[in-house]
Amino acid sequence: MSIPALHAKAEIQRPVSNMLVVLSVFAALLLNGLPWQGIGLLLRPDFVAMVLLYWCLHKPQRIGIGLCWAVGVLADVADASLFGQHALAYAVLAFGGVVLSRRLRMFDLRQQTSQVSGIFALAYAVYALVHWQVDGYVVWPYFLGCLTSTLLWAPLSILFQAVRQRRTDRE
Amino acid sequence: MDHTQSFRFFNRGPSPVVRLVFFAALSLLLLFIDARYRYLESTRSALSVVVSPVQRLAALPGALWQRIGDLFITQSRQRGLIKENDDLQRQHQGDAAQLVQLQSLQSENRQLRNLVALPVRNEFTTQLAEIVYAERDVFRRRVLVNKGSDANVLIGQVVMDDTGIVGQITRVYPWLAEVTLVTEKNHAVPVQVLRNGLRTIVFGAGDTSQLSLRYMPVNADIQNGDILVTSGIDGIYPPDIPVARVVKIEHDAAYPFASVTCLPVAGVDKHRHLLILSGLPKLPERPVEKPAAADTEKRAKSRRKN
Repeated sequence: MSIPALHAKAEIQRPVSNMLVVLSVFAALLLNGLPWQGIGLLLRPDFVAMVLLYWCLHKPQRIGIGLCWAVGVLADVADASLFGQHALAYAVLAFGGVVLSRRLRMFDLRQQTSQVSGIFALAYAVYALVHWQVDGYVVWPYFLGCLTSTLLWAPLSILFQAVRQRRTDRE
Repeated sequence: MDHTQSFRFFNRGPSPVVRLVFFAALSLLLLFIDARYRYLESTRSALSVVVSPVQRLAALPGALWQRIGDLFITQSRQRGLIKENDDLQRQHQGDAAQLVQLQSLQSENRQLRNLVALPVRNEFTTQLAEIVYAERDVFRRRVLVNKGSDANVLIGQVVMDDTGIVGQITRVYPWLAEVTLVTEKNHAVPVQVLRNGLRTIVFGAGDTSQLSLRYMPVNADIQNGDILVTSGIDGIYPPDIPVARVVKIEHDAAYPFASVTCLPVAGVDKHRHLLILSGLPKLPERPVEKPAAADTEKRAKSRRKN
């Protein structure tokens, strides 16, 4: 089974319930909130960013910049960061996702990964830039998280495709 | 269902660029308000009601794992426990002897202070709090503890463990409070060298678990191994609690100040249980105006930093 074929079949008819979107976002917030420490914290992928980008790519009509911004505000509260810091980063991320959604949906996972890394890097850079402006320093290892997020993009996509496929099969 | 309608609405809505600009401007506004004025604390605690269940759920596996670990006590752990118990017993005996001494010193101190008509130092009460989760942001050195405004925790209260200062409460939620650790970048604590009473301010280094003294003159009397205790003249920290130990002093001829590196005395990154000091010490009346000006300036500075 090749993945592009799965994609092509998938795109024809696949309604996504709001429940699935909300659940996945909360699950991502939960994963971000696990007690990561030390090296794990540095390598922690931003699960919320990954999930939001996935939905922005695949359902740009429903999950757009505004919703991502709102989730960003929640992430700000969860992380005790400044109000608007995650929100700004996720808005930029969503913009990248929405603008590139048509192109990226044509690609297979390998091509997607290379393009998605740019969007993640942009969002991470925005977050770090805000931090640099407010507090005056940047922790460079922070960008490792961007790398792991990119690496986990393919597994996440396959997982979501499988979940959505099963839901359609059941209906 | 109105799928088609929402579809049409989004298609005819403003373009992504316009939306990005709008939300970016909104975020920048929020950032500005939050960083400058801190007006949004009530909004934050309201939203934390939505987020905190998720956070509690996230902290659950770790706690559960610990419970399970507690359930199975292996042979080696039992030996470890016996050893720990012995150590604690020994420590307790030593401490008890010192405590008796302390009590007599305290009463003596009170008498002497009465004699020279100095106000008696305030004693503070403490409450125990448990760390819910540690720093989850690479940029920050903060922990969240499980006592919030429900337990009368206030912003600015000092947090310590059994050996020294750990940090300060910087944000209070309904059931949680955020503790900024002393190792946070630019977090300032007014201290005194225990050996000779030299007053200075210790700053957190941010990216490592270290502290530094920034403006020590090259000829200042400070040595490796010196203990820094809180000076208590800032009105926030109670006096004479250990903060850090000097580990490295470097003199650079090109720079007017010595660079002094310290390590925190308290297990800033180690423990699960912390003490929150509840009674903030009241400043004694200022004796005369002249030194008071310098004092106020220093206090204002440390308040701003915190």
